[in-house]
Amino acid sequence: MRYLPLTNNDRENMKKVIGISDINEMFTNVPKEVSLDPKFNLPSHKTEMEVGKILSEIANKNINSNEVPFFLGAGAYKHHIPATVDHIIQRSEFLTSYTPYQPEISQGTLQYLFEFQTQVSLITGMDVSNASMYDGSTSTAEAVSMAKRITKRNKVVISPTLHPQYAEVINTLISSNEDEIDYEFSENFEVEKLISKIDDSVSCVVVQNPDFFGSCHSLEQLAEYTHSKGALLIVVVNEIISLGMMKSPGEMGADIVACEGQSLGNPLNFGGPYIGLMSTKDKYVRQLPGRIVGETKDMNGEKGFVLTLATREQHIRREKATSNICTNSGLCSLAFTIHLSLLGEMGFKKLSKLNHEAAIKLYNKLKTLDGFEVKNNSFFNEFTVKLPIDASVFVEKMAEKGILAGVPVSRLSNQEGDFSNLLLVASSEINSDFDRDDFIKLAKEVCYE
Amino acid sequence: MNKNKGLDHDEQLLFEVGNIDKTGVDLAELDNLSHMIGDSFSDNEIGLVGLSEPETIRHYVRLSRKNYSIDAGLYPLGSCTMKHNPRLNEKMARLEGFSEIHPLQPISTCQGALELINLISSWLKELTGMTAVTMTPKAGAQGELCGMMAIKQALLDRNELNRKVVLVPDSAHGTNPATAAFLGFEVKTIKSNEKGLIDFSDFKNNIDENFAGVMITNPNTCGLFETDIVKISELTHKSGGYLYCDGANFNAVVGKLKPGDLGIDAMHINLHKTFSTPHGGGGPGSGPVVFSNRLEKFCPTPLVKNIKGDFILVEDSNEKDLKKSFGRLNVFHGQMGMFVRAMSYMLSHGADGLRQVSEDAVLNANYLRASLSSHLTPAFDGFCMHEILFSDDFLKDTGVETLDFAKAMIDEGYHPMTIYFPLVIHGALLVEPTETESKQSLDHFIKTLCDLVERLKKDSDSFKAAPVFTPIRRLDETQAARKPVLRWKEEPLIAI
Repeated sequence: MRYLPLTNNDRENMKKVIGISDINEMFTNVPKEVSLDPKFNLPSHKTEMEVGKILSEIANKNINSNEVPFFLGAGAYKHHIPATVDHIIQRSEFLTSYTPYQPEISQGTLQYLFEFQTQVSLITGMDVSNASMYDGSTSTAEAVSMAKRITKRNKVVISPTLHPQYAEVINTLISSNEDEIDYEFSENFEVEKLISKIDDSVSCVVVQNPDFFGSCHSLEQLAEYTHSKGALLIVVVNEIISLGMMKSPGEMGADIVACEGQSLGNPLNFGGPYIGLMSTKDKYVRQLPGRIVGETKDMNGEKGFVLTLATREQHIRREKATSNICTNSGLCSLAFTIHLSLLGEMGFKKLSKLNHEAAIKLYNKLKTLDGFEVKNNSFFNEFTVKLPIDASVFVEKMAEKGILAGVPVSRLSNQEGDFSNLLLVASSEINSDFDRDDFIKLAKEVCYE
Repeated sequence: MNKNKGLDHDEQLLFEVGNIDKTGVDLAELDNLSHMIGDSFSDNEIGLVGLSEPETIRHYVRLSRKNYSIDAGLYPLGSCTMKHNPRLNEKMARLEGFSEIHPLQPISTCQGALELINLISSWLKELTGMTAVTMTPKAGAQGELCGMMAIKQALLDRNELNRKVVLVPDSAHGTNPATAAFLGFEVKTIKSNEKGLIDFSDFKNNIDENFAGVMITNPNTCGLFETDIVKISELTHKSGGYLYCDGANFNAVVGKLKPGDLGIDAMHINLHKTFSTPHGGGGPGSGPVVFSNRLEKFCPTPLVKNIKGDFILVEDSNEKDLKKSFGRLNVFHGQMGMFVRAMSYMLSHGADGLRQVSEDAVLNANYLRASLSSHLTPAFDGFCMHEILFSDDFLKDTGVETLDFAKAMIDEGYHPMTIYFPLVIHGALLVEPTETESKQSLDHFIKTLCDLVERLKKDSDSFKAAPVFTPIRRLDETQAARKPVLRWKEEPLIAI
């Protein structure tokens, strides 16, 4: 077998050194009633060529976003990833190393994580960031859990326009500790209504921006009121490219920021692996979950980096840790930081504007279409359209015509309310005028022919 | 000042080499349309810096050369299973039919993705001999959380949430007690005996009416198979509790035995350990969880189902199959990129190859054990499984500590083993060679360690000074934690 270096001759010689004649002599701790020769209803080994063929055939049953005009978002966004990114993350030294437990031989990983933490702090407008979480949803749930530790309060107020699956994740992870969660999914984001829910028992207010339906919000007033009640404001960002032309969460008064970082450097991958970003204020750093890299000096006074503040973590604190997270999204954070280093300030802002303009162009075309109503007053690169027909039917029919047109809101909502005709449509730098013309032409056909 | 040392280039921080007005990406021209962001619009400076493409590649290539990796050498980090990462896996994960599909595409357009999830699910169930599997947990620790939440949900279903005590052996990974505590369980530690195994009588004595379950790593972190596991599972079930198995070390027995035969109720599987997906400098991982029929109905959303060749995704918790589910663990459907890699590995090995994997892993570890016993001190008698635990007895009276010994290994060209874990052994050194090391590689490693031990008597000072041949010497970790500097800042660095 190509991955196993031992020859039969090696095995025999090694058994002699160990002093056994049968491999099963090393398995004598296994209770007698457990078979060491179980039958598996599975095929035997295959060549590289055979495996390639099997998996390619399965892959080909999917319609991929490079084949057709593509307008899906709702928490996962398609962007062009420079070739450099995938080349670098496949370098052995990054791909096949592990958590940098031995800093003297892991400075490569440690330094890029330090740079990553700086970039995340800058785009979110916060003081400090950790070295990544699994994805935006778990980052959000961890932020809620962190706010609970800081405020020692149990009530969570969630904006009605938070991604419904994010709310489900919070509910799963937090409600298990018998806390109170206020969330009712709806398209109406009203600051006054949120404010009316905040009292002295609230630990945090969770707001997504741009929100699930694509609308952008100023959050200063909400932040101020939240703070006046001793609660924390958690801002969730699903599409981080938006931060190239919006006020940062930090600037608007966020205490903890939780983002999905997939848009930079990481392909869609059917939902994973992605990368959760998490940043906060200096004063809360000891309540942050996950790995954190810090700068220090070596015995010769040279600058270097180490994993630090480990007394928050499970391998030291065990049942008193801030979180149980161990492995995070190392390689995804490398892809993120390479992409952002390539873009730089100029590129990031321009990419942001290109995304916004792509959405405006589609918006302008949709406005002329009878029976289609864009619900947003503001948006970044995604908005909600009310269709003349059921959105689930619409996307299926559009897919038959060779276009992936958006995400029906009803796909994500288990809650009551009439979302059936609402469609989320995302645009990005990948969309051409031809894509948009196709969208309009086929949408007419699907709805009216 | 030039701080380069031959092939090891000094590389400044991105923020010191980059520029605010430089970019390595050519983007299309803007049309300068008026924005529709509303009053949260901003064009303020963010403070990012950019690099051209050649500078970017140079920056990261130079950084990469400061890292140790499996591809470059034996990486005996116990409990982490640093085995070879086949490149076919990488190629398969990059097929556009897998990497360029969106999690919320119409189901009719992602049948292949659901088929893949269904395929890996069926392999994991067959290999473990368990009834059900959930693929969504994003790493081992989230898998633990998933398994323990299913247990909590099952207790809730029985209306027995008074059962609050979870027993965890003192040799367990830190994630086990952290997970149980996060869910509001009360963690009670059970002792290991002189053989490195769970002390059955201590286990038994800790069971009372509040017993919710027990979390056991098997093979355990001492590298030993818990020989009383069947007795433990029987008593657990008789006492109304559940047995969670931390499957971090499944690679020692995959294809060799079915964990389902041990009577476990839930077990997570680290795809990046047993099934060779890359460790990536600390993730991404993937931690599917297999369940017994006792816990099956409590598993999280979503589920993939095969209805006569058509694959569907069951996401709505009102659906019949999910009525008793504990809910959703994360957005979307799990780590598809990791599923493809693991599937590529499983198909390559087949059931026969996987059996050889665990046998070779155990053979390699015992070969190290036999060959090193003259110089190092195995913590326990008898054969080990896939990893071998040493105590620091062999360092006694040398003035050299486990950490110094580990750092000296670096100068010899090796990544050290896991040190100071498990906590039950003083100055522990946990060595896991994996099955992808050749005999020549092991022989060289053995010779190196024996030579180092010989050197202890002659030149213990050199251990204190190690490492010497690294880009950077021993780092001041106390200072890093006391005055944290966690990001680059333009001004002279100000500590918090």
